[in-house]
Amino acid sequence: MTLELRHVTKTVGAATHIHETSLVLDEGSFNVLLGTTLAGKTTLLQLMAGLDRPSSGEVWFRGANVTGVAVQKRNVSMVYQQFINYPHLSVYENIASPLKVAGMDRAEIDRRVGSVSELLRLQPMLQRRPSELSGGQQQRTAIARALVKDSDLVLLDEPLANLDYKLREELRDELPRLFAGRRCIVVYATTEPTEALLFGGNTATLFEGRITQFGQTGDIYRKPKDLVSAEVFSDPPLNMAPVTKTGNRIELSNGIGWMVGPNFARLPDGKYTWAIRAHHITPFQQAADLATVDGKVLLAELTGSDSVLHFDLNGATWISQSHGVHPFDVGATARLYIDVARSFLFGQDGKLVGGSE
Amino acid sequence: MRKRSLLPIVYIFFLMLPIYWLVTMSFKTTNEILGGFSLFPQAFTLENYIKIFTDSTWYNGYINSIIYVVINTLLSVSVALPAAYAFSRYRFLGDKHLFFWLLTNRMAPAAVFALPFLQLYSAVGLFDTHIAVALAHTLFNVPLAVWILEGFMSGVPKELDETAYVDGYSFPRFFVKIFIPTIAAGIGVACFFCFMFSWVEMLLAKTLTSVDAKPIVATMTRTASTSGYELGLLAAAGTLTIIPGAFVIYFVRNYIAKGFALGRV
Repeated sequence: MTLELRHVTKTVGAATHIHETSLVLDEGSFNVLLGTTLAGKTTLLQLMAGLDRPSSGEVWFRGANVTGVAVQKRNVSMVYQQFINYPHLSVYENIASPLKVAGMDRAEIDRRVGSVSELLRLQPMLQRRPSELSGGQQQRTAIARALVKDSDLVLLDEPLANLDYKLREELRDELPRLFAGRRCIVVYATTEPTEALLFGGNTATLFEGRITQFGQTGDIYRKPKDLVSAEVFSDPPLNMAPVTKTGNRIELSNGIGWMVGPNFARLPDGKYTWAIRAHHITPFQQAADLATVDGKVLLAELTGSDSVLHFDLNGATWISQSHGVHPFDVGATARLYIDVARSFLFGQDGKLVGGSE
Repeated sequence: MRKRSLLPIVYIFFLMLPIYWLVTMSFKTTNEILGGFSLFPQAFTLENYIKIFTDSTWYNGYINSIIYVVINTLLSVSVALPAAYAFSRYRFLGDKHLFFWLLTNRMAPAAVFALPFLQLYSAVGLFDTHIAVALAHTLFNVPLAVWILEGFMSGVPKELDETAYVDGYSFPRFFVKIFIPTIAAGIGVACFFCFMFSWVEMLLAKTLTSVDAKPIVATMTRTASTSGYELGLLAAAGTLTIIPGAFVIYFVRNYIAKGFALGRV
């Protein structure tokens, strides 16, 4: 009772949009496709939906090969980043349209549209046109249309990306509640690691048309398999540096370096890539025995609850993110504390060799 | 405020002057028109209009024109709809060249095609029929309609198509139930432009007809040349010829600018 991609690829002309990918999504699961723009999220969703045919490989659903089955014959729904509704139909008719096409009787349509519009708080605007609604309401209409027909597969392609901050938070809270208790497989594509963490479930990190890692969201966040997966799953960007390890000390160059814990110390000496997420570098000491560095402040952003500090360390730009307001003057030297215990060490081939969050 | 409104007033005055002159002439007798200068009809007469609405050689001109214009508009837009959809949604070999080539059809003067059309239509027995003129005008109107519709269609995200398929719509059902209503404004504008070009085009319409399908523009030029000067009558015919265009433009007035930009505003 699953959706399965078996060795699926997609090439358009000479360009490969999706490299060979195999993926199994369980019924009732919430799956996040995490990747930057052009990583292939939309292409992968289209392959899952049946809007596009894979260049090779097969798509299986509930034990049947559905590779060539038209999207109309599969029970899927989709929500896009742009608020896609039928502009000439009222909100009610928009939500009812998949049911009408399926030939459902009037009373049942009425009942279903009623319950889903109540769930999404669209009741007062059922008779209006989509263009008369706010962005959030338009997107809720699209989501209602996706939910109303009890699809087996619900695909959400960055549905919150075009909404303003407040509405995004609001819908982000609502979404998991909407799918609770449904049997459908949900696939949610996003560029924001925060969203993946908020929704939990499973996450697949996507980079240049390849799924680099797939598994429980928490596991992937804490233990990325390789450097690429860690980069995809970090916002602000991951701090990285080539290091030389000798015994229990790692060194960048020019004598900048610090002591590492026993989990790194037992690894063979040599060259590695060391990486740490921005929120483990703070301008204040949040625990005992942290490594310290002095960096030249390049940019200090205060977002209200967080301070994001870009600083120069050994010729590279590093980022620190911390709670609270920590103003710094550009050009000043800041002392920063690094929680080395939360860092990663990657081998020369990019594979994780030690460390976890 | 005064000064600023002066220029538009002058502009509109000059714009309306020939139309005013045409309308007043239509209520004058030919003798008065030839007799001298007068701002208003001295002897107000509806004689000219009565003649047009009672003489079948006159009112048939209008009927013929309307028939072939309507056939042409329906034909052009219904042919252009699928073509424009293909251009806006699919990439195929030479699509851009073909798209541009369509427009070059509009660049040759109608006179170029008058002779081959006359010869061709006579050979297949279409001479002097409404369908002949309607078909001849598609030469100009299909490319125009394709361009206008393509612009409007490209303004509709392809995700709308996909959403409809996901919702279970088959392609034909989506096209008729969802897509056409979505670009209704564009279809209106395309219809208007087809109507307008077909309505004002004279050379082909005149060449391809003799009696049965003679358009009003041909009737008007004939009257000027044979039975002396019937200027009042001509003015009345001219006034009546303006009306359909004004009537049609009313419906698409909000989208007309977008239409002139071929839907790309």
